[in-house]
Amino acid sequence: MTSIEEEGLQLKELQTLTGHTDRVWGLAWNPVTGTAGHPSMLASCGGDKTVRIWQQQQQTPNSTSFHSLEVLEEIHTRTVRSCVWSPSGEKLATASFDATTAILEQNGNGFECVSTLEGHENEVKSVSWNASGSLLATCSRDKCVWIWEVLPGNEFDCVSVLQGHTQDVKMVQWHPTVDVLFSCSYDNTIKVWAEDGDSDDWRCVQTLNESNCGHSSTVWAISFNATGEKMVTCSDDLTIKVWGVDIARLQSGDTNASWEGIIATGAADDAICLFIESEDHSVDGPKYKLLLKKEKAHDMDINAVRWSPTENRLLASASDDGTIKIWKLDSIA
Amino acid sequence: MSPALINANPVVYEKKERPVRTRPGDAAFDEYATELIDQLEDPEHPYSLEELKVITEDAVEVDDKRSYVRVTFTPTVEHCSMATIIGLCLRVKLMRSLPSRFKVDIKVAPGTHATEDAVNKQLNDKERVAAALENPNLVDMVDECLTPSFE
Repeated sequence: MTSIEEEGLQLKELQTLTGHTDRVWGLAWNPVTGTAGHPSMLASCGGDKTVRIWQQQQQTPNSTSFHSLEVLEEIHTRTVRSCVWSPSGEKLATASFDATTAILEQNGNGFECVSTLEGHENEVKSVSWNASGSLLATCSRDKCVWIWEVLPGNEFDCVSVLQGHTQDVKMVQWHPTVDVLFSCSYDNTIKVWAEDGDSDDWRCVQTLNESNCGHSSTVWAISFNATGEKMVTCSDDLTIKVWGVDIARLQSGDTNASWEGIIATGAADDAICLFIESEDHSVDGPKYKLLLKKEKAHDMDINAVRWSPTENRLLASASDDGTIKIWKLDSIA
Repeated sequence: MSPALINANPVVYEKKERPVRTRPGDAAFDEYATELIDQLEDPEHPYSLEELKVITEDAVEVDDKRSYVRVTFTPTVEHCSMATIIGLCLRVKLMRSLPSRFKVDIKVAPGTHATEDAVNKQLNDKERVAAALENPNLVDMVDECLTPSFE
């Protein structure tokens, strides 16, 4: 069997989704769709203050037919910066510059806002659900990270306000298997937050900064591989860093161990780059190499790229040009 | 009572004579970009940024082939708190005038501002700029700078 490095690969453009009337900031694949009879569902959000839900009608090898299922206009009063589905796929959380986080649910009448989380002093940049869906984290330009407990009846209780970052917090991301929270910031650092076993208090247990191989400018995003053993971060310093995560107790969860672990990145050069771990390791550890670079993937900056969690090698990208593109990583032959 | 001005007595330079231009020609794109921003008004005075030598023709670099523009501006006072507003105005004017393919960097001229790195970082953080432009107070200020009342 040929390794992925030996296959001649290309990123094939399957579809361009238009509709947003301003830049598209965020994208999220619904984690429980795209398999056995459930058509893939994708959420997007952007500068036009809308949250849009897209659904796939059918898929052939050379095209997908996502259509606009719903356009939600009254949810936020300013830019919607990011959106993310709960692990069960039942709820969609949206973070906005209007300083709130909305929780949306689909019922007979379509999508509806069932709760609004307030508390941040200014723009909310990112939101993340933990692996079990019992906790939510949000972060903001107010330098704080909030942790919320998800209670029955769409009640959300703030359990901690984490201070520590000295600037705008750009993104929060829960580890995929254990309840440890990661955040990254305009202060150039990545912080790791965990619950203190005894006191149930959340605190910062590690800070990754320039002195321990961290970034030298704003860190924009964090992502984990399926098992959570590796973390990748990207920054305004023009680097992408891969980190080893040493979690002593790995809780077992549903992870798809067959994923190839391809890192997809989008940037202000309008290109999508795919990286994989190289087969020749050096003595110092794993090496990564560029698998492919798709130049001019969009006409303007790319703000988000997301792999489908259910459909193999299917990628979505969101851009300042107001479009979302669906790609398939395919062999050239 | 209005707050004290940051620079009450600016040095005013002569404005350069330029032919009226309606469309950017290939070779003259540099001048076109410079012209766009030279007309911007200083937030504190009814003089244009060009007249205050906050921005000069040399300070605008345009690479049409690579779709890149860099603007370097010089606040008249080293501790100028208007620096971010001026930078924001420059960005908005360019955003509204240049084709969307252009990538723009706005920087304070090295050595001319006390918190140069901090100002530059804010001005080149796309997310921060986007959020600032949703703040009605900032937008009003920027719009006032972009539509001069003289002439």
